[in-house]
Amino acid sequence: MSVEAREKRQPWILLSPALGAVTLLLLVPLIFIVVYSFWLRSAVGPDIQGFHPDNWQRALTDPFYRYILLNTLKIAAITTFFCAILGYPAAYFITRSSGNKMLLLLLLMLPFWISYIIRTMSWINILGSSGALNTFLLSIGVISSPIQMLYNEATVILGLVHFLLPFMVLNIYVSLDGIDTNLEGAATSLGATRWQAFLQVTLPLSLPGLAAGGLLCFVLGAGTYITPLVLGGPRDAMFANLVFEAIITQLNWPMGSALSLLLLLVLGALVAVYNRFLGMSQLTKGLG
Amino acid sequence: MDNTKRYERLLERFRNGDLDRRSFLGLIGAAGVAYGVQTPFARMAFAQDVTQVRFDGWGGVVSEAFRRHAFDPYTAQTGITVVDGTFSGGDEYLAQVRSSQEGEYNIAHLSGVFDYARYVNFGLDVELNIDNIPNMELVMDALTNAFSSITPDHLSAVPYNYGTTGLAYNRAHISDEEIREKGASILIDPAYEGKIGGWSDWRTRLWYAALQTGQSPNDIQDMEAAWDAIRSHRDLALKYWGSGAELMSLLAEEEIYVTEGWSGRIAALQEQGHDIGYYDPPSSFGWQECLFVIKGSPVEACEELLNFMLAPETSIAVAEGQNYPPALDGTKVDLGEKIPTLPAYDPSGTLEALTFADPAYWNGNEAEWSETFSRVQRGF
Repeated sequence: MSVEAREKRQPWILLSPALGAVTLLLLVPLIFIVVYSFWLRSAVGPDIQGFHPDNWQRALTDPFYRYILLNTLKIAAITTFFCAILGYPAAYFITRSSGNKMLLLLLLMLPFWISYIIRTMSWINILGSSGALNTFLLSIGVISSPIQMLYNEATVILGLVHFLLPFMVLNIYVSLDGIDTNLEGAATSLGATRWQAFLQVTLPLSLPGLAAGGLLCFVLGAGTYITPLVLGGPRDAMFANLVFEAIITQLNWPMGSALSLLLLLVLGALVAVYNRFLGMSQLTKGLG
Repeated sequence: MDNTKRYERLLERFRNGDLDRRSFLGLIGAAGVAYGVQTPFARMAFAQDVTQVRFDGWGGVVSEAFRRHAFDPYTAQTGITVVDGTFSGGDEYLAQVRSSQEGEYNIAHLSGVFDYARYVNFGLDVELNIDNIPNMELVMDALTNAFSSITPDHLSAVPYNYGTTGLAYNRAHISDEEIREKGASILIDPAYEGKIGGWSDWRTRLWYAALQTGQSPNDIQDMEAAWDAIRSHRDLALKYWGSGAELMSLLAEEEIYVTEGWSGRIAALQEQGHDIGYYDPPSSFGWQECLFVIKGSPVEACEELLNFMLAPETSIAVAEGQNYPPALDGTKVDLGEKIPTLPAYDPSGTLEALTFADPAYWNGNEAEWSETFSRVQRGF
């Protein structure tokens, strides 16, 4: 074998374990789901195999699914907005802090050591009728009876922000950390105020990090079902809850497959748009 | 010579320099491939050598009672380990079983005759040899007959306990008189808006909607009225609970004052000192639970465990632990002092006082109603 041919093959040999894993763990199951989405659920017993577009037709035309999908995107967008508003100052502070940067980053990573479900459920102990906040307000006489704070859309968003904020902060931090601090100094030396220097120099340069964090928060937020289950009221549901119900409660795996693929397509389209304008490299930089 | 010995000999030859590194790794790799290829078939060959049985149940106080009173003594007696798992709902568990390999799940503590019918419809049943379970003689005929009506020629489960899903209420806010006066309609009483709960299970929601609209739960004629009752409940409810633990937490923390609840869980709350009342309105949701042996399981070992679990001393201890009356016939077995005081207990052994779900009726409508409930729940 020539040296040239060997060099050509070498990357593929090195990549083969990863490609094998992606094929077996991602592509093959995805193909199963695609096939399943064209089957039909029978009233009792095994599903009806074949090529039936009924599930897709319903998923695309039924106003119920459209409503829940739009509501999911709305909740994910609001969550992303709050993550950006809260995450940017935190990331800026960490970047500019001199001595304790590693400690602050460690504190940022700490929540990941606790289960996401436990973190979500902790809000019940904080916002519940006999939770910390109500107990405090009752004890200082601000309220005479507990305020109902839990089990609504606002608490779902709160739980999602709690879950996703570290992803946003990390991405913005990576972006801010790569900006030469002398640029702000140069701007101020040319007559800009510190606020103008931030708005016209630092903020535009950090936008890719903000966008990468936004994309991560949006995609992860739109795909969650635990938070509305734990912190939502009877009506609060996101699209992933419908997938869960179709597969687990209704045992309608074909419809659940079609719905999960629909969510995948919508979020995939969003990632494609992001990739077209900003590139995926910023995202992987943030994850690294 | 076993595989460990083979590996040790190969390793020794490699260390002595009798085998080059490439050949050593090649042989280890080939052994791994050979083991991987033959393992699925080896499982069949080892089928008689049962060392463990998997049991899945509802968790919480129920699991604790099983572990203490049934599994540990069974393991001590037979040497077979019982691995126990939990689930929060029968639907979720059925989805897991359907996606598993045969033999992965063995015995399940299923709820309702409709669950038995569903498992049979999916071909997940086995044929138990009742002669191997002599304690079946002590079980109430009414419970066994319900399963026999679905599989007349065999049984794939043994009845184990029964209970009701009645009204649970906080006595500090709702009196015993009020709950008796309002019955199931208290769950759609605007006076308790924001303090009402309910199970997110479509069957329970529809059952109570039938009671709230004055209909028979096993023959709902006016479905629109029933869905409207569910809508009213949805708008007044604070939260749909998804598990027994969540039910107990919501009541104990006074997040909600009234909900429907499982009789055993409410009895457990009462034992803990919470002032929670329990009331079965007329035609309250009665159900019976069974220990279902799933296709692919080591049937004889399972039969042995089932017989052990049905033994009066085990069955009574578990029932006292989980607060649900056992399937044992009170006219044939002395059930002790506590069981006759449990909610839903029927001393006659006929269970005629309880209303059970008609499996043909509920399973026949499952596809449509479960999906409609999903929509109604979200405001449609």
